[in-house]
Amino acid sequence: MNQVQTIPAGTRAEIPDLRPEDFTLRSSREDHLDANFASQGYWHDVLHRFISNKGAVIALVLILLIVIMAVIGPGLSGRSYSSQTLSEKNFAPRIPVIENLGIFNGDEVLTTTTGSRVVNEYEEKGLTDTYYWFGSDTLGRDIFTRVWEGTRVSLGIAIVSAVINMTIGMCYGLISGYFGGWVDTIMQRFVEINNGIPRLVIVTLLLLVVKPGFTTIVIALVITEWINMSRIARAEMLKLKEQEFVLASRTLGAGSFLIIFREVLPNIIGQIITQLMFSIPTAIFTEAFLSFVGLGIPVPQCSLGSLISETFNSFTTHPYQIVPPIVVMSLLMLCFNMLADGLREAFDPKLKEM
Amino acid sequence: MKSYILKRVLISVFTLLAITLVLFCLLQLMPGSPFNDEKLTDDQRIVLNEKYGLDQPVLVQFERYVANLVQGDFGVSYNISKNTPISQLIQTRLPISIQVGGMAVALGAVLGLILGVIAALNHNTWLDSLCTAISVLGVSVPSYVFALALSYTLGFRLKWLPMLYSANTPLLSSVMPSIALSMFTMASIARFTRNEMMEVLGSEYMLLAESKGINGAPLILRHALRNALIPIITVLAPLIVDLMTGSLVVEKIFSIPGVGSLLVTAIQSNDYNVVIALSFIYSAMYIGIMLVVDLLYGVIDPRIRVTGEGGRMGFFARWRLVLFGRKKVAKV
Repeated sequence: MNQVQTIPAGTRAEIPDLRPEDFTLRSSREDHLDANFASQGYWHDVLHRFISNKGAVIALVLILLIVIMAVIGPGLSGRSYSSQTLSEKNFAPRIPVIENLGIFNGDEVLTTTTGSRVVNEYEEKGLTDTYYWFGSDTLGRDIFTRVWEGTRVSLGIAIVSAVINMTIGMCYGLISGYFGGWVDTIMQRFVEINNGIPRLVIVTLLLLVVKPGFTTIVIALVITEWINMSRIARAEMLKLKEQEFVLASRTLGAGSFLIIFREVLPNIIGQIITQLMFSIPTAIFTEAFLSFVGLGIPVPQCSLGSLISETFNSFTTHPYQIVPPIVVMSLLMLCFNMLADGLREAFDPKLKEM
Repeated sequence: MKSYILKRVLISVFTLLAITLVLFCLLQLMPGSPFNDEKLTDDQRIVLNEKYGLDQPVLVQFERYVANLVQGDFGVSYNISKNTPISQLIQTRLPISIQVGGMAVALGAVLGLILGVIAALNHNTWLDSLCTAISVLGVSVPSYVFALALSYTLGFRLKWLPMLYSANTPLLSSVMPSIALSMFTMASIARFTRNEMMEVLGSEYMLLAESKGINGAPLILRHALRNALIPIITVLAPLIVDLMTGSLVVEKIFSIPGVGSLLVTAIQSNDYNVVIALSFIYSAMYIGIMLVVDLLYGVIDPRIRVTGEGGRMGFFARWRLVLFGRKKVAKV
């Protein structure tokens, strides 16, 4: 029945159903491209991989939100971050609209030895039109304003120090790796000795001698944090400097400066950006730590760390005071870590298979 | 190998000397002199300076300073407890800090290993995601946030554990600080263990072990985990160093009478002598730990000695390389 019709060799196969005019030429070039193997720009590729990483994108969005709040937040409530209203201290959070739901309505549970009772400072003082969105602190300052002001300062310290670190560490590592030999030896010994001193000790001692403030904290962070960046830059340089494109560039007469910054640097920018992102949470953490130890931003200025250490003493009686700065700081650190992780995977897809 | 050890030891000694020099210079820069009494005449001051050797050249003073440090004589405290030798202050506090820190390291290492192994065995499932989430959280949230959260919930609300350290119940009251401190260690170890285990689990000797009929717990514990453990040990030491920073704040939160809270108090009350003595101790500990780690690294992965960078390679390959040298290893 279903016999295969064999065509004798040497004869032309004549299949009556198909004629040449049944075929059309598909000349459109895009149709031939296989999307999986199409050549895409490096940054297009990176962007594609980054966007497909949901965690990293969410982290980026959250960071942007926090940054926006840090910029506009301090002006939203109409109170300044340092103005004290002593008659309005320790008010629990109260937010319009949401207060009708039974939360954030200014009620606060005070636990004493005789038991606990619900207190509403707003009603007791007859301030029915006053709203402290995140509550007010022990000196009657608006926590909402202070948190975003603190975020602004913390982020400022972190970003400024991270960028300076990146510049110094990158140049140091690239130069050390490129020239090699005795230059490398001397530069690496210096790094090793610097690295052997605990960061804690360097920062503490520096701030003991110099008055703490925005600039000094940035300097303290720069002194300790550039080493990681220089390590990465040096390792990448060692990997790349033997490659053909560097040789080609040198043959064409490029000088060291050109090779380092025009040939090699663009190739390692991914790793540098990743490390930059990793160094921001470290900076935020160190700043908070310094504030806690008493070497942070001087009052009445505030940072996330100083807010936490200020409210720490009353955190059992008025826990709402310490929650906002802690939440913002933890979120920032978490998001920057996740963003850096996402970037690392986007820049180096091989890592993901691990 | 010998030259490598020598080099590392020399660098460490040199670093410690550099730190001591910085500390000494700071002491010189600090305002005031030990003899501030207004009743002293200039002649008496000269006599006192001679008596304590303060008229001698700075280099001689530095030499004596180093000699004193080596003997454990850090001078006396000015503000915290007047005229008490600092070595005595530290002696009572160091054991407490070490106990809390030790508990934190042990807890972090064990939990981290368990989490990491679970994540690796259930690769790409919800368990893996959960473990990854925990470790990301642990790495990015500072230890004192955990400390505050624990002390509010377990200590203040539920009253299960004491909020503040008490000398009568040292073990019970160091539970919360240890947990808070261990989070970072746990998270880092979990991450590292997961990656190492994945690599080991995909290796050929695991396939061999499995094909010989070994399975279940012995396969994981005896064959996989043991091989993954070696590099993990080497990351544990730097984590101990990180703990020292965290301990400062956590000790303050729980009022633990340890070295960390001593340093915080000293900074806040401008007790320079104590700050400098503790800085020296911290640096010495740090340098010591880093030295041990580097030497361990050198033993475990000989390529570090040559290039200064560790590469990824199997456990047996590593030891073969250590035992027989590079030439006899056919393919590395």
